[in-house]
This record gives sequence, C-alpha cells and structure tokens, in this order.
Amino acid sequence: MQQPNRLRPFFENISFDRKDNEMVINFGPQHPSAHGQLRLVLHMQQEQITKAHPDVGYLHRGMEKMAENMIYNEFLPTTDRMDYIASSSNNYGFALAVEKLIGLEVPRRAKVIRMMLLEINRLMSHLFWLATTALDIGAMTVFLYAFREREYLMDIIEDYCGARLTHSSIRIGGVPLDIPDNFIHDLKEFLDKFPQDLKDYEDLLDTNRIWKMRMEGVGVISKEMAESWGCSGVMLRASGHNWDLRKEEPYELYDEVEFDVPVSTKGDNYARYKLYMAEMRESSKILYQTMDMYKKTQENNETELMAHAPQYISAPKLDIMTQNYALMQHFVLVTQGMRPPVGEVYVPTESPKGELGFFINSQGGPYPYRLKMRAPSFWHTGILQDLLPGSMIPDVVAIIGTTNIVFGEVDR
Amino acid sequence: MAQHQVNYTQDGGLPVALTSVDKIVNWGRSNSLWAMTYGLACCGIEMMASGASRYDFDRFGTIFRASPRQSDLMIVAGTLTKKHAEFIKRLYDQMPEPRWVISMGSCANTGGMFNTYATVQGVDRIIPVDLYLPGCAPRPETLQYAVMMLQKKIRAEKAGKSQRQKRLV
Repeated sequence: MQQPNRLRPFFENISFDRKDNEMVINFGPQHPSAHGQLRLVLHMQQEQITKAHPDVGYLHRGMEKMAENMIYNEFLPTTDRMDYIASSSNNYGFALAVEKLIGLEVPRRAKVIRMMLLEINRLMSHLFWLATTALDIGAMTVFLYAFREREYLMDIIEDYCGARLTHSSIRIGGVPLDIPDNFIHDLKEFLDKFPQDLKDYEDLLDTNRIWKMRMEGVGVISKEMAESWGCSGVMLRASGHNWDLRKEEPYELYDEVEFDVPVSTKGDNYARYKLYMAEMRESSKILYQTMDMYKKTQENNETELMAHAPQYISAPKLDIMTQNYALMQHFVLVTQGMRPPVGEVYVPTESPKGELGFFINSQGGPYPYRLKMRAPSFWHTGILQDLLPGSMIPDVVAIIGTTNIVFGEVDR
Repeated sequence: MAQHQVNYTQDGGLPVALTSVDKIVNWGRSNSLWAMTYGLACCGIEMMASGASRYDFDRFGTIFRASPRQSDLMIVAGTLTKKHAEFIKRLYDQMPEPRWVISMGSCANTGGMFNTYATVQGVDRIIPVDLYLPGCAPRPETLQYAVMMLQKKIRAEKAGKSQRQKRLV
C-alpha cells in the first residue's frame, strides 16, 4: 500500500499486484524517447513484457476547461499548443468546427492558402516523426538530415505568419494574410529538391539491416485491433483499412486535388514507416496542385481572404474605418466575442497524426458551453496496452516511435 | 628595502593563485555545459531544433544527455504540471553539483497562458532557476543566447566554493 502525501500522489488507477518473479519497470515520464511525458508501467518476465500500463496526464493543462472561459477567437492560439509539431492543423480543425457551427462559407483563395498551410504542416510533422523515430532507433544521421529539411519548411511558414512553431495562421472565417511574394517561389524550390531528400532517407534506411530488424514484424496491429481501439491516420491505414477523411468527407478543396491514399496490409512498424514516406510524396503532389490553384485565383481576381459575415467576423479594415456600423460591430466582436447560434457540432479533420475532431456545444453565448477535442494521439496511446505485451524491451521504443504520439495532444 | 615585496608562495599570494584556478575551472565548466533532455512540451521541439543540424548546439560544448547524473544544466522546456512536479524535483536532486537551470518559455517561467488547475505557475516554485528565457516558444537563437549568458554567469562565479543555496521563489 502506498503512503500518499503531498509530494507523492496516490496513483489509484495503477494496480501494483505482482507475482514474485515479475519485474516492474517504470518507463518515463521523463524518458528521452518517450516523445514527451509518457509514463509506462511495464511488467516483465525476463526481457518480455507481460503487461503494459500507459499512464497519461503529465502534460494535462486543462485546455478544454480553458475553452469554456474564452471567446472563440481567444481560444484559437491555445489550439497551437495541442499538436505542437503541426499547429496549423489544430488551428484549422477548431476554425472549421466554429465555421460549421455558424454556417460560414470561406472564400476560395483562403481555402487554397489553408490547404497549402495544412500540407506544409503535414510535411513538417512527418519529417519530425522520421527524425525522432530514427534517433530513437539509433540513426542519428537521419535525424540531422530530416531536421535540415524541416527548417526549410519552417522558414516558409515563418515567412507567412512570423512564427516557427506556434503558428495561429488560420482564423475563424478564413486566413489573416495573403501569402508573401516569395512564398510560392521558395515552396517550389523546396518541393523540387524534396524527392531527392526523401530518396536519401530511404537509401539510408530501407535496406539498413538494423532498421529492418527493429521495424519488420514488430508492433503488428491487425485490422480488427486497429478498428476496435479507434485508430486513425497512418496507424489505421497501415493495418489495411483504407480510410482518409480527406477522401471520405472532403473538406476545403480536397475533392478537387488529385492524390492517392497509401495503404498497407502488414500493420507492423515498417509498414507505418513506408506509409509516412509515401504520404510525404502525396503531400508534395497536393502542394504542387495548390500552387496552380492559387495562381488561378490570382487570375480570376478573387482577393477575399475572410468570409463576409459581419455578425460573426469583423468587416475588412476599410469598412471599419469608414462605416460607423461596421466599427460598432467590430467593437462588439472584439470586446464580447461572436455569439454562434445554439447547437452542437462535431467536425473531424485528417491531421498528420490521424482524425482530429472538435466537438463544440454552444448555448448561444460568446463562450462555448463545452468544447471537446478528439485527439488521435490519445487513442494511439491507448492501444499500447494491447500492443506492447509479448514484445521485448527494445521494441517498446520502436513501437512508441511509430505510433507518433504527441503529448500536448494526448493530455491537452 | 624590498620589505614590501610580495612573496607569492606566502599567504598574500594565495588569492592570486586561486583566481587563476577559478578562471581555468570556470573556463572548463562554461564550455562543456551538458544539458539534460528535459523537453516537456512545445519548447522541447525548439530545444531539439537547437541541437539539430541548423543551430548546432555542439559548437557551445552543449551536448544533450539523457541522464541527470551526467548533466550540469537542466533546460526546463515546456509546461510543468502539478502531476509532473514531483519528478522535476527528484531529477534536479539527482544532478551533481555544480548545476544550473534554464527555464525556457513562458510556461516554465510563470505558467504562461495556462493559468489552470493543473499547471504549476512557474518552475521556480519547485527548483531554483538561474536564467529565465521569454517567448512562446522561444526561437533556437534565443536558447543559444541564454546558454551564452549562462556561460558568462558561470565565468563570474567562484570555482572553489560549493554553490550557495539558491533561492526559491
């Protein structure tokens, strides 16, 4: 029996019942390859894991509660800190949910810019995944290479919104800014050389004996298991379930672009690695198409960046400065916040990690009555307790790596 | 005549010799600050970026170590929650002296934007902090500058004495 006191909280959700020849290993919450603050209580028979218990909550910052005391626009920067590796996709998920709630139609040019940002974020996230997973398994070179390419993308994003990590680059009702002049040029330059970089990584890893031994046949998730644990994204697609929300329930302009959804049936770490690599190629394919779409909006002279709904979204600056009523509405929106109609909405989007959904219950006030985020990483942490038993201690690190969990998102 | 001359081997010469020792020891300490990988949240990603190819922390002699027992510097990068507070204290106590702490980012400084029931409002409530680094998240350049400031601080310290008890806020 533990002796709870102020410095030593009582973990009532962990049972410490153990047989004598069983060893209990505490992995985390400060482990360099736990990808944040994951604590795993591992029961071992020699080197083999018999029981694994993920303990989450070490990064619980109370975001959902914070949302209940904030106006909608105020909450948007907080979503940056969920999946901080690809923050625009969180901004987007939240903005889309609020837009669905109040029934806004976003101008086409804003949609194109949003898609660019989303795909750049997907590339950033996948590169980061590759870097950290390779580092955990021991491939330091790939870590340095992938971070180098990620910095190019960070520069491009920084050109757009001024931030490297926490972008807040998407607003409810559109995007705040048009893309800068050299954006397309820089992006194209990057994308043109990106396939060669991907080939470099694959040359280093694909036929690497150590990489294959650590990845192939390790952490196999069957299709039924993936479905019953609520997996999404690459975790689900690696197990043979062809499901991508960009294809199933297209948002933005994903129904206009051409891309494939890579699927594998193996379900092991290696399959997930191959899918991440394939997804990066698909993302760059989408980015090429969005650049053409952006040029078309320029030709058609579609310059609107924010939806026109003065009741919810502030009018353009010109109107505010010249029309009295627009100024009054803007004042109310800034000081009191928008008041969406009564109702509730759940909007899923395909974030780089999987299905990221926002549920908002609005009672007509300026604050959401309840806001719930369905973060993919949380569900992927849950599957660890079914996935880890039977594997060896070194496999734990490889499996955690390929589940691609981010703790800002798990604990929120 | 010559009675005022200093005999450096006698008592008066000792401080001169000790300051030279101080300089040598501090030169060594400040140029090999091994940092502990303490990435808690978003700032941890920027900390990794500072260690990676573009910003290259190794130039400063700052190498990330996974164990507190091998490290001199703890960069608290990210939000400290009440559930985690116990462990940061334990890990700090495991670090050998002399040890320094950089609090990286608004969350570690003051709790930042997360003024909630779950968050510790500043890591200096748990462990003493030498350097506060503003930003959400601070850029890798900012972290590099912080390490340089810490090196400056270390060079001004007395090497022989054990570290004075640092103040908790």
